Amino acid sequence: MRVGVITFPGTLDDVDAERAVRYAGGEAVKLWHADHDLKDVDAVIVPGGFSYGDYLRCGAIARFAPVMQEVVDAAKKGMPVLGICNGFQILCEAHLLPGALIRNHKLHFVCRDQWLKVENNSTAWTSRYDQGAEILVPLKSGEGGYQADRSTLDELEGEGRVVFRYVGENPNGSRNDIAGITSANGRVVGLMPHPEHAIDALTGPTDDGLGMFLSLVDSVVKA
Amino acid sequence: MTVDTVKNAENTPDQEQPYKELGLKDDEYARIKDILGRRPTDAELAMYSVMWSEHCSYKSSKVHLKYFSETTTDEMREKMLAGIGENAGVVDIGDGWAITFKAESHNHPSYVEPYQGAATGVGGIVRDILAMGARPLAVMDPLRFGPADAPDTRRVLPGIVAGVGGYGNCLGLPNIGGEVVFDATYAGNPLVNALCVGAMRVEDLHLAHASGTGNKVILFGARTGLDGIGGVSVLASETFDDSAGAGKRKKLPSVQVGDPFTEKVLIECCLELFAERIVVGIQDLGGAGLACATSELASAGDGGMRVHLERVPLRATGMTPAEILSSESQERMCAVVRPEDLDAFMAVCAKWDVIATEIGEVTEGDRLVITWHDEVVLDVPPRTVAHEGPVYDRPIVRPADQDALQADLPDRLPRPARDDLLPLIKSMAASPNLASKRWVTQQYDRYVRGGTVLAQPADSGMIRIDESTNRGVALSTDCNGRYTKLDPYAGAQLALAEAYRNVATTGATPVAVTNCLNFGSPEDPAVMWQFEQAVKGLADGCVELGIPVTGGNVSFYNQTGSTAILPTPVVGVLGVIDDVRRRIPTGIGAEAGETLLLLGETREEFGGSEWAHVVHGHLGGLPPKVDLAREKLLGEVLVAGSRDGMLSAAHDLSDGGLAQALVETCLIGEVGARVFLEGDLFTELFSESTARVLVAVPRTEELRFTDMCTARGLPWRKVGVVDPESDALEIQELGSLPLAELREAWEGTLPALFD
Repeated sequence: MRVGVITFPGTLDDVDAERAVRYAGGEAVKLWHADHDLKDVDAVIVPGGFSYGDYLRCGAIARFAPVMQEVVDAAKKGMPVLGICNGFQILCEAHLLPGALIRNHKLHFVCRDQWLKVENNSTAWTSRYDQGAEILVPLKSGEGGYQADRSTLDELEGEGRVVFRYVGENPNGSRNDIAGITSANGRVVGLMPHPEHAIDALTGPTDDGLGMFLSLVDSVVKA
Repeated sequence: MTVDTVKNAENTPDQEQPYKELGLKDDEYARIKDILGRRPTDAELAMYSVMWSEHCSYKSSKVHLKYFSETTTDEMREKMLAGIGENAGVVDIGDGWAITFKAESHNHPSYVEPYQGAATGVGGIVRDILAMGARPLAVMDPLRFGPADAPDTRRVLPGIVAGVGGYGNCLGLPNIGGEVVFDATYAGNPLVNALCVGAMRVEDLHLAHASGTGNKVILFGARTGLDGIGGVSVLASETFDDSAGAGKRKKLPSVQVGDPFTEKVLIECCLELFAERIVVGIQDLGGAGLACATSELASAGDGGMRVHLERVPLRATGMTPAEILSSESQERMCAVVRPEDLDAFMAVCAKWDVIATEIGEVTEGDRLVITWHDEVVLDVPPRTVAHEGPVYDRPIVRPADQDALQADLPDRLPRPARDDLLPLIKSMAASPNLASKRWVTQQYDRYVRGGTVLAQPADSGMIRIDESTNRGVALSTDCNGRYTKLDPYAGAQLALAEAYRNVATTGATPVAVTNCLNFGSPEDPAVMWQFEQAVKGLADGCVELGIPVTGGNVSFYNQTGSTAILPTPVVGVLGVIDDVRRRIPTGIGAEAGETLLLLGETREEFGGSEWAHVVHGHLGGLPPKVDLAREKLLGEVLVAGSRDGMLSAAHDLSDGGLAQALVETCLIGEVGARVFLEGDLFTELFSESTARVLVAVPRTEELRFTDMCTARGLPWRKVGVVDPESDALEIQELGSLPLAELREAWEGTLPALFD
């Protein structure tokens, strides 16, 4: 079970994503932004951070990285892909997921422990959770407000493609309290909160996030 | 552009130079001429003036700072791998790990331009840690502002907080603690101190020196621009010719602009260079830029240095040699590399898209020679620039009003009636200095890299260093400027005691100290007295606690007009914990059935207290009594309690006394408690006697723990029980405060002021 973790210049949470993969029993494989090479991995994580400084627009430059072209091709063939925070922004920019993430409504970076409701447990990354379960994981982002046009939102809601929703006060102004969504085939998932920072109660608020990485291992083993 | 060469300087000995505008005194300028045997060139004048500034040369503090090394015993030095004078102090923490940590001030830039001033403060201290060969692991930011409701605080605070967060978050360093303090004396002069901690294997320690004739000097990182050029811009001719394309020379603000993305890439690039073992010496470019880096590297090395200044990659046209030397453009490093490693060095830089340029080499002899298109523009003995600058033994006078200040005892202040105590607990918790700092800290990423075990609002920040052994370190910074104002010697010791206690409260053993000494003008004899007293107090305190000062920073001239800030010697204490899983959290309620014990003794001590400040606006009398022997004993008991799993929570008593500690431990733990006190309830609740900690002990461990306290001679008293069924803080004889109400008071203040 090989899980690729991409490092762009400015990626920050790659070490955390790699650790989460190891905790779940997978093998973490480092992928470099400039390489057209996925190194025979079974799944890919696009981790958080500030790829290329996020200077133009979050994720706008990263989507053109050589490695992302490989990711897009692999995703189209059904490879599980997870985008966390900046990774979610990159997947949206790469059109693997619909919509966009904009500046938090209060205009401040927000780092806090956030309750999420699991809305869809049939994706490659969420099968370990009970439908409707509430989990506590860190949220840390300045541009986490999920935005999409009405028809896209209707489509996401209608097809059950909202994977996670914020519980309680909406932390960033996301439409429909959306914290994470999935592709039509349930293989690509993107979310703003950080499950990789919640894999044990020593360094995170809980170990609730580990379920995402265990789900992946299950789904690949089953496939 | 005409360039002032050494030859030109020899031929024009009487040319007038704007040395005064650059901050040099008559005798300092005369000394430069004496050293060189001629007038300095523009470039030399630029280099000497920035390097002999208070900021770089420590000219007013040096005579006092040496007291730190004079008082450090061999026993204290045992674990110290590098100390004062290096980029940052380094401590051996066992298992082959070395920790480096240091704090620095960026006060004045942050007042002028809050966001960039604070951001580049973080960037600078991180590069200091990187220059020791360590991976930076976490940052902390002790901040001080004018009154919370002052209009200028509304301008300054949000910008500074956003700058600290904006830079640190983008660098991928967790922010694990710090302070936010409000006091009228900081209006017009906020304090922005930044601390960084890093780790490395002991054998990977890098020191900043240029050795080995023929070795290459590489400048890498960002391009050099006109930003951050302070006084040196007066060297640029007002009638600068038009070849640069502009009719008039464009002056840029002298506050630097940070680019955290470039710094993040620079960090990873440096760590890869260290891992390949192709760096002989390394120095970051901070204050005084290349002038500082080249002269310090050369001064600390065993030879001279030759630099070809025209090779420096620029981001502005028409820069003069003097400007290039003194530019404070951020995100740059300077390395010394063996010629045979040059290709490998360049390859690593290319991988990370970091611009790297060979700008010179280490030479025989003892001169630093800088050329500009083969013409010599600077030729100096580097030690005279970097290490042998002017030293002042400035006049020291105990302030005339110090006696009156100390005689103005808080005893005369009206005390609250018994019925007013409960409301007072709530209103104190809502006062700006005691209120939750969540509005600030939730703008900082505390999770990145997955090593953060404790962060704000815990007593200390704690980072796991080694995932296989769970070895970690804890850090706390503290200072109560009101205490220091009342008695600078005791105040510095109280800052040390509090940081020491905070570290021990989380279960770590304190091992080393750093400081960031923020004071008013050194030209004011009263300020120098405060400084001298604080240094003595801190050094003597460290001897008593047996832990060394490994580094520090001095910031003078923190004053508005003739009014100095409260003397603010911020003290940072580093602790080591063998197993971070044994950490002691701040919030109660983790275990079913806990007893609350108060360790230490409570006396009636209100001089400089938060109560006197908030309720009466009073500052007078003497600060609480210092008892470092007791602090040490308390620390030992806490560490033993953590190691043997006898403590389920602990929280230090400091500003606001027991009342505030109770409020915080309940709110953080999200559980109620029943408290029973004896004696004068006002003193019990609000006195700020030191060497006290509130601990929660599982009932099963209560006897074992109290027996240990008794056996070791540490006073303890049972003050209450945790009540998992309750959602209130109940104080016997007074009544109860619903936690929801307390939370609203504690957490509502800052959002109401700054949202």
